[in-house]
Amino acid sequence: MAEFTTAGSTRRHPAWSVLVAWDTVVIVGVVLVAVIGSATIDGVADPRFWRFVTLDVIPIALIALPMTLIVITGEIDLSVASVLGLSATVMGKLYEAGVTALPVLIAVCLLLGAVLGALNGIFITVFGLPSLAVTIGTLALYRGLSFVVLGDKAVADYPIAWTSGMIRAIHGLTIPWFILVVAGLAVAFCVLVYLTPIGRGLYAMGNSVDAATFAGINVARTKFWLFVVSGTVAALAGVFWTLRFASARADNGSGLELSVVAAVLLGGVSIFGGRGGPIGVLAAVVLLGVLNNALQLAYVPANTLTIVTGALLIASVVGPNLVAIARQRWRRRRRPGAPPPAAATAPPPAAVAAAPPVAGG
Amino acid sequence: MSATTAAPATSAVQRLFVVRELGIGLALVLLVVVTTLVNPRFLSAQNVKDLLLGATILAIMAVGQAVVIITRNVDLSVGSVLGLTTFATGTTFLHHPGLPIAAVFVIGVALGALCGAVNGALIASVRVPALVVTLGTLYMFRGFDYTWAASSQINAADMPPAFLRLGSGAVFGVPVLALVAVVVVVAAGAYLRTYASGRELYAVGSNPDAARLSGIPVGRRVFWAFVTSGALAGLAGVLYAARFGTVDANAGLGSELNVVAAAVVGGVAIFGGSGSVYGAVLGAVLLTVIGAALPVLGVSPFWEKAAVGLLILSAIGLDRALAARLAGRLTVRRARG
Repeated sequence: MAEFTTAGSTRRHPAWSVLVAWDTVVIVGVVLVAVIGSATIDGVADPRFWRFVTLDVIPIALIALPMTLIVITGEIDLSVASVLGLSATVMGKLYEAGVTALPVLIAVCLLLGAVLGALNGIFITVFGLPSLAVTIGTLALYRGLSFVVLGDKAVADYPIAWTSGMIRAIHGLTIPWFILVVAGLAVAFCVLVYLTPIGRGLYAMGNSVDAATFAGINVARTKFWLFVVSGTVAALAGVFWTLRFASARADNGSGLELSVVAAVLLGGVSIFGGRGGPIGVLAAVVLLGVLNNALQLAYVPANTLTIVTGALLIASVVGPNLVAIARQRWRRRRRPGAPPPAAATAPPPAAVAAAPPVAGG
Repeated sequence: MSATTAAPATSAVQRLFVVRELGIGLALVLLVVVTTLVNPRFLSAQNVKDLLLGATILAIMAVGQAVVIITRNVDLSVGSVLGLTTFATGTTFLHHPGLPIAAVFVIGVALGALCGAVNGALIASVRVPALVVTLGTLYMFRGFDYTWAASSQINAADMPPAFLRLGSGAVFGVPVLALVAVVVVVAAGAYLRTYASGRELYAVGSNPDAARLSGIPVGRRVFWAFVTSGALAGLAGVLYAARFGTVDANAGLGSELNVVAAAVVGGVAIFGGSGSVYGAVLGAVLLTVIGAALPVLGVSPFWEKAAVGLLILSAIGLDRALAARLAGRLTVRRARG
């Protein structure tokens, strides 16, 4: 709410102003890590390294795309990893029951994902329940249902053609072909966010639902479809996950939702909505993937990466806010005629915290 | 909202709380009665003791979480804080076998409070969203935990028997752990209900801007809410070590969403300003009892998680319906003058 009052004066076009600031920082981070990694760590320059990075990054990148849009509108979807798990177990169960046509399996999973997403959407837009609470509920429900479907079994006897076909490299390269699917979706989402009225509508409702409604945007319908898309894409990630690891289990992708949210926030999307975009998020997904794999190659223990992920996440919100607070203090001191702050020692007023963190760029 | 309306509104709000906690209490009683009718041994002394032991750690963390959520924040780092303090407890006993048990409790709670202070300081002074900060510290605290533990394990043999007895022992049939939880709940409940600073937590959660304008030190209240949540997660960590005896770096992994779920099921509104720690504890107990009741009722244990999900959805749905009814009643009253 407070954000809305400052938005108009400081940012004409949220998407592009962010692009030249935080998105650039993250992209430069990716390049730096890749260059320094190639120079200092044995194996990072190897094409096979990038093959594994790509395989690791695909499911997170897929889910992060719709999640970005959802967070921009001020909502969140924590059920994505459970949708992934339920889609994987349903695929395994159907295969076990004799459905051996891959297109049918994929279609059923995508449809299932759309239904699960629609269920989230109905709770949130029709009943007006908070998305954080609803999707914590469906996180448990969908994960629970995947245990109901498959118990603690695993279905792992898929044809080799499916499993190796899923991770086959693009002709002449080492990069798996599925990245093209991700790239296609990424382009579609970028066009939607940066170039269409719908995209601008997402930022509008993230800044103020009331203002967006008065501007003629159908907030409820847009949010409903975002959750449907989120469920569908998470189910697609479930199919990929199942075939990549050649195993459908009820705990597939467990806990992945927090990795996705971390990548989205690190990518510059504000948790309050109204700021950020898919480019920064994709860069953050790649950054985390490259860092993870490079540090593993350098024999740095995995827990160091856990600490680095957390620290990056905190730094991505604390750094810009500190800059904004400092700028505010400095501006106050420069204008002695301005009304003095209520109390010099009191925490800065809401407008400071709400000022765009990337205003310095 | 409640600040602008007069006495009748307050009583309506209070009635809402009563209804809400009564509802979850009734659901719990119903579940226990039905399950006991199916199998009378469900209420055997041993089984009740097991249930209480199982619910204790979740309940203590849910109390801290409720305090934080009431201020319109959330603490996702509690599972990692529990992991860290559990391992700290084990390590302390391993290296200082002679240390009194009380000292270990103090160390655990202080370590948890320190973690909470890190969260609180970042959120209150730099004004960054709690969800992001505590997601970050969820990773960082767990990372420290892994680094410190370096995949080692501390066994029950390394801890004094008196400490382990605390984890499984009972006074007049009531587990010691459950008594600890009762003390925590009653203290937190009394504080939130009767102390001015406790009431101010609700004001902060209802409307932070209005709270600030009416002179409430919002930042300080939020900071201490996070310290409380951290300290209680620390206490839960020490109790976890006492209960399970074997300690590695994975204690409490992924438990943060269970804790939030317990609070939400117990009627603590996720957007702050309403709910009570009693509700959160009832929520924690209900989540634990469901897990134990399903097999007795002949339902596959694989349904447990799905049942929890349904419970969360119906709890927030119920909250929504109650809030709508209350709003309607307030409007009617105001119209009558």
